[in-house]
Amino acid sequence: MLDFFKSLFRPQPSSATAKERLRLVLLSDHLSLAPDVIESLKADLLEVIRRYVVIDEQHADVSFEHREHEIAMLASIPIVSVNGDRPAPPPPTPIRAPLPVTTASTVTEAPTVTAPAVAVPVEPEPVQAGAPVAPVRTRRRRRRKRTADGQPSLAQVQLQA
Amino acid sequence: MEVRETEFAVAPPVPTPLGRAIVVTSGKGGVGKTTTTANLGAALAARGSRVALVDADVGLRNLDLVLGLEARVKHHLLDVLEEKIALDDALVRDKRSETLFLLAAAQTREKEDVDPEKMRTLVEQLRERFDYVLIDCPAGIEQGFRNAVIGAQEAIIVCTPEVSAVRDADRVVGLLPNTFRPQLIVNRLRPQLVKKGKMLSVEDVNAILRLPLLGVIADEPDIIIATNKGEPPALDPASLVGGSYRTIAAKIAGEDVAVPEPREKPSFFGSLGILFGGRA
Repeated sequence: MLDFFKSLFRPQPSSATAKERLRLVLLSDHLSLAPDVIESLKADLLEVIRRYVVIDEQHADVSFEHREHEIAMLASIPIVSVNGDRPAPPPPTPIRAPLPVTTASTVTEAPTVTAPAVAVPVEPEPVQAGAPVAPVRTRRRRRRKRTADGQPSLAQVQLQA
Repeated sequence: MEVRETEFAVAPPVPTPLGRAIVVTSGKGGVGKTTTTANLGAALAARGSRVALVDADVGLRNLDLVLGLEARVKHHLLDVLEEKIALDDALVRDKRSETLFLLAAAQTREKEDVDPEKMRTLVEQLRERFDYVLIDCPAGIEQGFRNAVIGAQEAIIVCTPEVSAVRDADRVVGLLPNTFRPQLIVNRLRPQLVKKGKMLSVEDVNAILRLPLLGVIADEPDIIIATNKGEPPALDPASLVGGSYRTIAAKIAGEDVAVPEPREKPSFFGSLGILFGGRA
């Protein structure tokens, strides 16, 4: 808060602007340089959500958006039905419109005016949804974590806040 | 060819141990890789080490110019790699130092012409004969970068306090093998600007890169003047930046020296400011 008022009266030195811009651009670089990490994050995320609702995995999308003051993770996961009543076949057309879950979770510590709902530091925590229903384990797990084995690190991942 | 005779006398084939091959890289162009390579080479040679400088920037040869050796270059890296010329005939001895040698890049060829495996073998041959093999890496992360890195075991990252240079340095560090233990030289720092909050500080840069700090070079006119003349300031005892390069060379050689606080000569108006009690 104090910082906010300070910033009103005194302009930020350009080196501080440079630092902040660098921090964000590198965060974004590191994320885009680690596609397998993103894939395994997405798989884990879907797995958690699948415990509560039936989702259309084919049309699920997890991406990152470089905003003015933060990098946000955007997850668009179409929900087919609530657990328990499973529909027979998956719908022919993607139903994106009804209920796209959009989780915006910042990876920033920077003071932002529009604080997003879920603030997750670096590692995405499982989203706490409503009361847990009996978990469904019908679909095969698509992907196991692939990051454990030491791959030739062409992309250096430093997820730092 | 009396030069050649001296070459043999100065750098005879020594069986063991192998010298250290260090690639000087940055990702971004124009941050001072070539100047750094030339000066560290000169400073290491001035300490008595046998040093070979390899210009891996095929197509954009410059290391010879910075060292003032352009008139002596008769053959180049690709002549050696393609076995047209013996290594000894292509190595150019420095004017000032008995133990400093240059292998120039080819100016009229392309980076894709270099066979990486032959490059690896060449660096190994040089390591048998020299204490240090400093490889001046071209800008970019493509074939030229891979050629420059393939024979090295260590890396020096040159970075200026600018967002673009830091981003590119970060990328390059990620591309280097883990065993390289890259060390950082922050180049062209202007302490006065840092003090005023108008330039990233060494700490700011290294908060992101997180590398062992090898040294800091102030942005001084010395470098421009020295490059004009083709005389590395590392050999000028009066030069402030020259002193910084000599300190870095000592550190590379394993001496336990602290990285000195970057200084720059106060400008004329800056000195006036001090006179009148203002801030420089």
